[in-house]
Amino acid sequence: MNNMPLAYGLAMILFAVGLYGVVCKKNAVKIIISLLIMTNAVNLFILLIGYRSGGIAPIMDKGQEASEFASMAVDPLAQAIVITSIVIGLSIVALMIAIAIRLYDRYKTFDTSKMKDLKG
Amino acid sequence: MNTLPLFILIPVGAAFALSTFDVLKNDKKRILVANITAALACLSLTVLAIAHLGKTGVFEMGGRSIPIGIALVLDGFSAPVLAVTGLVSLICAVFSFSYMDMYSGREKFFSLFLLMVAGMNGIVLTSDIFNLYVFMELAAVSSFALVAYGTMKEELEAAFKYLVLSGVATTFILTGIALTYGHTRNLSMVFIYNALSSGSAGPGIYLAAGFLIVGFGIKAALIPFHAWLPDAHPAAPAPVSAMLSGVLIKTAGIYAMVRILFMLFAADLAVASMLLRTLGTVSLMVGVLLALGQWDFKRLLAYHSVSQMGYIALAFGVATPLGIVAGLFHLLNHSVFKSLLFLNSGALFYRTSTRDLRDMGGLNAVMPVTGYTSMVASLSIAGMPPFNGFWSKLLIIIAAIQGGYLWLALWAVLGSVLTLASFAKVQRYAFLGELKEGLKKIKEVPLPMTLSMVFLAVLCAVMGILLIPGIRAVVLDGAADVLLNPAAYIRIATGGIL
Repeated sequence: MNNMPLAYGLAMILFAVGLYGVVCKKNAVKIIISLLIMTNAVNLFILLIGYRSGGIAPIMDKGQEASEFASMAVDPLAQAIVITSIVIGLSIVALMIAIAIRLYDRYKTFDTSKMKDLKG
Repeated sequence: MNTLPLFILIPVGAAFALSTFDVLKNDKKRILVANITAALACLSLTVLAIAHLGKTGVFEMGGRSIPIGIALVLDGFSAPVLAVTGLVSLICAVFSFSYMDMYSGREKFFSLFLLMVAGMNGIVLTSDIFNLYVFMELAAVSSFALVAYGTMKEELEAAFKYLVLSGVATTFILTGIALTYGHTRNLSMVFIYNALSSGSAGPGIYLAAGFLIVGFGIKAALIPFHAWLPDAHPAAPAPVSAMLSGVLIKTAGIYAMVRILFMLFAADLAVASMLLRTLGTVSLMVGVLLALGQWDFKRLLAYHSVSQMGYIALAFGVATPLGIVAGLFHLLNHSVFKSLLFLNSGALFYRTSTRDLRDMGGLNAVMPVTGYTSMVASLSIAGMPPFNGFWSKLLIIIAAIQGGYLWLALWAVLGSVLTLASFAKVQRYAFLGELKEGLKKIKEVPLPMTLSMVFLAVLCAVMGILLIPGIRAVVLDGAADVLLNPAAYIRIATGGIL
């Protein structure tokens, strides 16, 4: 049975959930978590684009024909992209958390609606 | 020897070298060494980029040809942007020599600064859309840290807002890139051009373009995606604001957006150009209207950045050869006069410790260099002859009329008049009139700061020469060729093979 459309739909729902959190939540930590959900939804989406039903891991065995391998394995490029994207996402989240902690030091709260030094 | 990788190797190498300098215990010596390293790195980038104007070239990273490897491609669109990035970063680095005395950790500042430059050079040079995303994040992460550099309430809040919106932008961009990859099974711009330049764009491409426009729209701060910019740019230290407004929103925003949209819709530009025109016109009007009511000097400048980005998007959206030349020319000019204005605001803050125009007045008497250079920059941004802003706005309006968009030309003229009004206010309140009592004792800013402002003011006055036919052919005309003609780009990016 082919579950691919369902999986794409789930990735998109996850993306929408993350976007909702970023836009609507007031707590800095919840915003960070929502952004993480969004990033992970995109990563999932990229993996799905490279996936084929019943594909094998893209590691070539000894003695395997290149053409036979190419017809069976999932797309390795998508996986390479996801690894890069996870690493970049990690650095951004680390920076966000660092700034959120400094914000907490100054305001004694994570509530972004109480951080009102800047207007609109 | 192929010199293209140097555009990334020099700033990255210098940035990592700088981060080891805190072994020097002597503060004075450490600052001096950091200053010299940063200035030399930026100077070499500038010289290298200017030497590359009008040239084309390709460098295959790791010696593997596309699509296996990733290629850096220099063409008529990237060369001028590379030159102005180098130039503005050099001037901002020189300005920082004195300005950053207010802050500590000089070597860390320059380290982040150079990483940002490396990211921007990478965005401009790369011919691989995922690689573009990576360089964009390199530039973005260092710019987040630079905005938060002061670690006061305001800086942190602005940096957090910038981080969240920029994070959303990059997820949208990554989704757009993934959709493009899913559609064409390739990440190299050459192969995407090959796949898309015949036949009409399918629904997958429209979806990808939608995600990419939202993503790059946030990065370029086009209305309605502009909310972060008026917070983030004023909060940063002045030389960083000058870099962000002067080059970062252009390379990571409008340059990447134009490059990718023109690639996705290579077969038929109608939809892409219509979107760019609409976004551009809305931004240029709303941006300038929001700017009129501002009293914070840097915030006013930030809203003008939104407005001027609108001009650039409008010009590219006309999508005729003249429109693209006008857009590129205005991009270069805006880099120069907007960074000059931000440096002026930095100079004022350095001496008066305020950014509120109502607290200033008559500063021409005590800070003549800052006063007169800001006059030059104000006249440039308002489009007064003979300064550079006049020529590029004229070119944009001519291109819009020739393209048959009379109404858009009219909006552009109206926007320009409003820009003049808002800068008349700046001049009136900050520099002209009676000198206020509390301001009598202040002096002109130190030499590195005046030097960099004067240099930019001279550039404002003379950049009109880029329109002289022989110079225009070398610097500006190549962009129209590579953007409107996929075959030209493919020929450059494959070095004539294929």
